[in-house]
Amino acid sequence: MIALLVRDIQLALRAGGGLGLGLAFFLILTTLVPFGVGADRQLLGAIAPGILWLGALLSCLLSLDRLFALDFEDGSLDLIATSPIPLEGVVLVKALSHWLTTGLPLVLGSAPLGLMLHLPAHGFGWMILSLLIGTPALSMIGCFGAALCVGVKRGGLLLSLLVLPLYIPTLIFGADVARRGATGMSVETPLLLLGGISLAAIALIPLAAAACLRVNLR
Amino acid sequence: MAASIWQWANPVKFIRLSDRLIPPLSILTAICLCTGLIWGFFLTPDDARQGASVKILFVHVPSALMAINAWLMMLFTSLIWIIRRHHVSAFAAKAAAPIGVTMTVIALVTGAIWGKPIWGTYWVWDPRLTSFLILFLFYLGYLALWAAIEDDDTAADLTSILCLVGSVFALLSRYAVLFWSQGLHQPATFSADKETNISNVFWYPAVLCMAGFVLLFVTLVLVGCQTEIRARRGRALLMREGRLT
Amino acid sequence: MTVIATDLVVARAGRVLLEHISFSLHPGNALVLKGANGIGKTTLLRGIAGLQPLMAGKLSVTDDSHVYAGHQDGHKAMLSVAENLTFWSRVFKGPPIERALEQFDLVALRNRLAGTLSAGQKRRLALARLCVTGRKVWILDEPTVSLDDAGVDLFSKTIDAHLAQGGSALISTHIDLGLKAPFDILDLSPFRATPRALAMDEAFL
Repeated sequence: MIALLVRDIQLALRAGGGLGLGLAFFLILTTLVPFGVGADRQLLGAIAPGILWLGALLSCLLSLDRLFALDFEDGSLDLIATSPIPLEGVVLVKALSHWLTTGLPLVLGSAPLGLMLHLPAHGFGWMILSLLIGTPALSMIGCFGAALCVGVKRGGLLLSLLVLPLYIPTLIFGADVARRGATGMSVETPLLLLGGISLAAIALIPLAAAACLRVNLR
Repeated sequence: MAASIWQWANPVKFIRLSDRLIPPLSILTAICLCTGLIWGFFLTPDDARQGASVKILFVHVPSALMAINAWLMMLFTSLIWIIRRHHVSAFAAKAAAPIGVTMTVIALVTGAIWGKPIWGTYWVWDPRLTSFLILFLFYLGYLALWAAIEDDDTAADLTSILCLVGSVFALLSRYAVLFWSQGLHQPATFSADKETNISNVFWYPAVLCMAGFVLLFVTLVLVGCQTEIRARRGRALLMREGRLT
Repeated sequence: MTVIATDLVVARAGRVLLEHISFSLHPGNALVLKGANGIGKTTLLRGIAGLQPLMAGKLSVTDDSHVYAGHQDGHKAMLSVAENLTFWSRVFKGPPIERALEQFDLVALRNRLAGTLSAGQKRRLALARLCVTGRKVWILDEPTVSLDDAGVDLFSKTIDAHLAQGGSALISTHIDLGLKAPFDILDLSPFRATPRALAMDEAFL
């Protein structure tokens, strides 16, 4: 499984791997917000947690459709499925590599972007913490959607339609942690719930996604 | 075991049974809906506070009820498909989805029309309304997945898995939305229980309307299942004759 | 390590293709599947490899004994030849890649990106992959496509060596491989199923 993780990260780093695309998209999205709503410091500061969470969520979505589709098209998914690695493990590794190459850069990138959106200073810690805990859930849930759509040609749009509603609870709790953190309220409840969603997704999604892959391979 | 419920999972027997059921069910549906709606719309007094606008609830409440029940039925039939692989079960889920999404839209639209005179706005981000909007999104995804996959059995498998996972997330979203609206300090008056506002004068036509919607749903699902079974039967026949390559 | 198939039924897209297929494949032996295009060779091999369900029949295979190679090579274009092989060797916990590189004449190409290889070279890399998996039962779907005469010769020698070491191979092909080791031919044409729908579809009639 480590071999698969190393390979996927190697591929992401090579040309055409798409590393950094998500981060660039996140930056552009955040840049566009003041053009849309005006550059008022107060307003931007108030909506910054929500914008950053939405931006992170959409950037995560961007690279999902290649998660299994590339391996499916060149036949290596067949070969991996007949290898000693269980498909549940494959799903877990794919989600982990997606998180390492997309989620983690977004977490780190949210700090300077928060600065640009006048996020209150005491909100930064909670912002980054909420993304750190929440993005693994985004990667796992996205992995499930990618496994569902792997057999569908040009399934990118379908994938968004399937995955975005599934993102709602994560977004609600994640953005709530960031918002409460920024306004100095207690974050304990949404933080625990967010952690719960992430852990449950890591535990249960591989089973569902592997089942989808088996159906799509036959 | 002649009385086993699973015998109706046989497509031919199912067609035979539903052929007998559909005419009386259709008539019963028409009677319930006509009486219920006419009684509700024209023969009940206007509400003291809400005026005539309250009468839209005779459509709103049953459709909202069926929107949720249709999803529950899809969850149930998806489970049967995954566990026992009865095709009729998968077809029932497929047939229920478009009806469910229509009910959701009716509930949302009638709710908005009702909300305008009562709340002064068509839409509020009230937990109940928001949950219905999310349910609508889940229906859309489910329908889109059915439409995107050519092979019947593959589509049935994948949509079943989506329905199971989606149900978990839909439930989670419901509670997340309750939590979220709390955080927004929405006035609680918006989510006042609608049923308690209905006095006995409204109760009987409302029950008739609900029965009518349930019957309508059952009838439409039966017809939808028949259509799917006949399409599949046509393909199987062509294949036996060797004319489908 | 023996593969025993009894009365297999193979179906694709709701259509029965082949039925009553029985064979046994012992260590040191090869079984060559022949048959016209579309008869169901690929579906049969995928079924035996565990990628899709066989409709009926009994198949006994030792767990984790086989490796499958299909029509598509499954190389990552942006990884070098050596990196591709190393990946598979690590996934299967197989032998190191050096011998396989030499065997398939890939040493000079080891640092080339797999995406820049010619079709025949890619095929050689796909065959080299089999050697680094360390698996005993090879399930190969038209392995000689795109190979030139020298490549086919190389392939036959590899199979011979694999069989000599107690391995076995199940190969679908249209050409004469020129194997020296003992092998059986299974012509699939007599097993073609009469046109009909699947048993579960017959419930609809």
